[in-house]
Amino acid sequence: MAEYGTAIVMGIAAGLVARIVILRNDYRHYPGYPHGYITHLFLGFIAAALGSVAVPALLEKEFTAVTFLALAAQQFREVRNMERNSLAQLEKIELVPRGLDFVEGIARVFEARNYLVMGAALVVSSLTLFGNWFYGLLGGLMGILLSIYFMRGETLGELVDVVPVKPHFEGALLKIGDIVIMNVGLKEARKKILQDGLGAVLKPKNDNVRAIIHDIGQRQAILNTVAILIGTKREEGELEWSPLARKNIDTGEIAVFIVPNEKDEECFLEAIRKVPVLESAKRFPLKTAVGRSAAD
Amino acid sequence: MDIEQKGKILAIVVLAGARNKVKPGGAPIFIAENEEEQEKIALNLSRTLKAMAHDLENGVYILMKH
Repeated sequence: MAEYGTAIVMGIAAGLVARIVILRNDYRHYPGYPHGYITHLFLGFIAAALGSVAVPALLEKEFTAVTFLALAAQQFREVRNMERNSLAQLEKIELVPRGLDFVEGIARVFEARNYLVMGAALVVSSLTLFGNWFYGLLGGLMGILLSIYFMRGETLGELVDVVPVKPHFEGALLKIGDIVIMNVGLKEARKKILQDGLGAVLKPKNDNVRAIIHDIGQRQAILNTVAILIGTKREEGELEWSPLARKNIDTGEIAVFIVPNEKDEECFLEAIRKVPVLESAKRFPLKTAVGRSAAD
Repeated sequence: MDIEQKGKILAIVVLAGARNKVKPGGAPIFIAENEEEQEKIALNLSRTLKAMAHDLENGVYILMKH
C-alpha cells in the first residue's frame, strides 16, 4: 500500500484546500462562526479522503470500496438536511426572513461543495498515481479553479436593469412608479417614509428573467440581502418600515421598497445587483416553443 | 402558546362623523373626536398590538396583523 501514500496525501490536501477556498465567508454570513467552519472543514476532510482512496482501492481490486461512495452521498445529503433545518429554525424569528427558497439554495450549495471536494481529490490522487506529484499539483490547481467557477452563480445585476424611483403616496397608498406597495395609515409614518425610504424598479431583460423575479422566494431573497447589506429600520411590531417587493402585473417589473439605516441610493442599487439568483427560482420559458411565441 | 392572529382586523378607529360607516363585527371600535385623536389612538394601538394601521380614507382606520 505504501506506493499509494503520496497519491492519497496529495488528494486529501487538494480536497481540503478546495474546501477552504470555497468556504466563503461572504455577506450572507453563513457559516460565519468557528463552529460552522469546523463542521464543514471536517466534512470536507472526509469527502477528500473518500475521493482520494477510491482509485487506489480499485487498483487493489477492492471493488466493494465503491459502496463507500454511496455512503458518502448519503452522508452529504445529511449535511443538506442539517443546513436546511438550522436555517429554517432561525427563519421563524428573522425580521426580514431569507425565504424558504434561499434556505434551500444555501443547503443545496453546502451539499454540492462536498461533491466538488470529492471530485477534486479523486482527480488529483489519480493524476499523482498515474503520472507524478507534479501532475497532481497541476491538476489540483485546475480543480480548485474549476470549483470556484462552478460555485460562482449568477447575480441579479446580470439579468435586470435596476432603476431608482422615489416612493410617493397617493392618499394612504405607498407607491413606487405605478406599483402599489402598501397602505400606510399613520401620517407620521408616511412623512418618515418619504424622508428616509428608498425605492427601485427592476426591469427584466427578457421573459426568462421575468419568470425568475416573479418567484416569491427570489423576491424575499432580494429583500433579505438588501436589508443585510444596507440595513433596515424594520422593528418588531412596526410594520411600516417593512421592506417589500411588489410586481407590476402588466409588465412583470418588480418594485423594491426599503427604509434603510443609511439613505444611500447607489449602495441600495448595488446591493440589489449583488443578490444571488436562486436555483429554485430559475425558469426558462423561452427554451420552449410555446414560451417563445407567447413572448412576442 | 401563541394564538395566530394574522390577517385579522384587531381594532377599528373611526372619526365620530364616520361612525355609521362601520358595523360591529368582532373587532372593537374606538371612536375619535377628531383626526388628531384618531391618529394618536391608531399609533398607540398599532404599537401595543404589534399591528399595522391602514387608512381606508373615509375616516376609518383598521389595525391589522400581517
